[in-house]
Amino acid sequence: MSGVERLARPELGRIDAAHVSIRLGGGDQAFEAVQDVSFAIEPGEFVCLLGPSGCGKSTLLGALAGHIAPSGGRLHVDGSTIDGPHPDRGIVFQHHTLFPWKSARENVAFGPKMRGVGKAERNRQAGEILDLVGLGDFADRYPKQLSGGMQQRVEIARVLVNRPRLLLMDEPFGALDALTRMMMQELLLDIWGRVRTTIVFVTHDIDEALFLADRIIVMTPRPGRILEEIRVPFARPRATDIVASPEFGTLKRHCLELLHVRPDGVPLPRLSPLGFDAGEGA
Amino acid sequence: MAQSTASGISRWALRAVSIAVCLVVWPTASTLRLNLGLVTFVNVPPPTDVFLAAIDFVQSTKAFDHVTSSLRRVASGYAIAAFVGVALGLAIGRSRRAADVLLPPLELLRPIPAVAWIPLAVLLFPSSEASMIYITFIGALFPILLNTIHGVENVDPRLIASAKSLGGTQSAILREVILPGAAPSIVTGLAIGMGTSWFCLVTAEMISGQFGIGYYTWESYTIQNYADIIVGMILIGLLGMGSSALLRWIGGLLTPWHTVGEAR
Repeated sequence: MSGVERLARPELGRIDAAHVSIRLGGGDQAFEAVQDVSFAIEPGEFVCLLGPSGCGKSTLLGALAGHIAPSGGRLHVDGSTIDGPHPDRGIVFQHHTLFPWKSARENVAFGPKMRGVGKAERNRQAGEILDLVGLGDFADRYPKQLSGGMQQRVEIARVLVNRPRLLLMDEPFGALDALTRMMMQELLLDIWGRVRTTIVFVTHDIDEALFLADRIIVMTPRPGRILEEIRVPFARPRATDIVASPEFGTLKRHCLELLHVRPDGVPLPRLSPLGFDAGEGA
Repeated sequence: MAQSTASGISRWALRAVSIAVCLVVWPTASTLRLNLGLVTFVNVPPPTDVFLAAIDFVQSTKAFDHVTSSLRRVASGYAIAAFVGVALGLAIGRSRRAADVLLPPLELLRPIPAVAWIPLAVLLFPSSEASMIYITFIGALFPILLNTIHGVENVDPRLIASAKSLGGTQSAILREVILPGAAPSIVTGLAIGMGTSWFCLVTAEMISGQFGIGYYTWESYTIQNYADIIVGMILIGLLGMGSSALLRWIGGLLTPWHTVGEAR
């Protein structure tokens, strides 16, 4: 456990967004995916960005990761402007972004390897984090020999090994079946309980947002703006039975009303943290 | 597992039958001196003649020199093509500027058949050996180059983004992400290139003075030794097939993640 606690950096991971706008596409296709968005996230806070497909929540996440540059406003992490991708701001995509040619251990050891950590030491670190996500026995498997849920756990481990200030997650459990998704949500809360990093978690699943977050930022599409911020009052550690509580029901109804955009509306195309749809499918 | 072994055996059986059919059709057509109008077997030697010619060839003192000369030329031309093709392919696939500078002349050179290169190759290189190596090089280059470009361009942008987020530098991403990501496609290009390299061997060795299987085949044609032509053709076919298979096998060893079983 002592090794894992080393990962926590409780004083770091503050996000300040002031009037952030992000334009995507070029020429006639250009549009404002995010418009004049301001918020602040405390170090160690768990925040969900909730909204329908195409509302710019993934675009905003991509800007936090440094893959997309805002066209206006200020986006700061711990007081400094985000300037390109950095291991301090790790991102977990929906699926299939593990390196297929590396074993689980080698995938997790990638970050330390990039920092020049020696092989024995980086393998030790990778093994430690894989134990944390419950995959200690699967370290030598290639990604395609792992189930979808296991692959996502490796993704989380691969980011956590870098001791990030921010853990950015783009619908990370969206491609999993309902049961696996529930297990992964509990596992994520368990990990976050031990490795207290700031988490920004993008989802369009109201139950997921309510179960996981300290705070939910609800966004509306075209242009992507913040509609409301909801503080989620449930005590931690949380168990899945809170889903059945009346308080949960009330909050869920409120979110549903917020998200209930025009019933005639055609769903907007999915945006990605890379600024375009990188083929993640529906 | 047992099922796949069974289907493996039946597939090998099918392959054997396929070769056997060829070996039956050929003697039948040539002994009957079949004339189908469009094609005629009147002057095609039967397998028995070819077999005897093959034995003569193997027993001749020159056989070893023929084979080793050709192997050496193909190996040299191919090795240079593999290096140049993969290097150029990585550059073109990764950089728009490299693509703009390098692709137009390469596209212009690509449709030129190996035989058309002979005069220029003779002028370009001081030794005929170098000219021959150049022609096998040109034969292998384009499949390797195009497959490498294709492989590099198809590396999932999210893998590259992930690597950047994990602290990967440009050179580390090239080594750790682009190269292995494009590897299956590069291996395919290398295997096809091996085939086309042999394909150009006869052309290359038309300018050879004395040795080489391509030279042997071409010489047999000029002196109307029809059985020997077929011996040369079959030898080139076998060597080409063998070296392509060797390459796919090595490729399989280099891309082990491609062959492991999926999770259920």
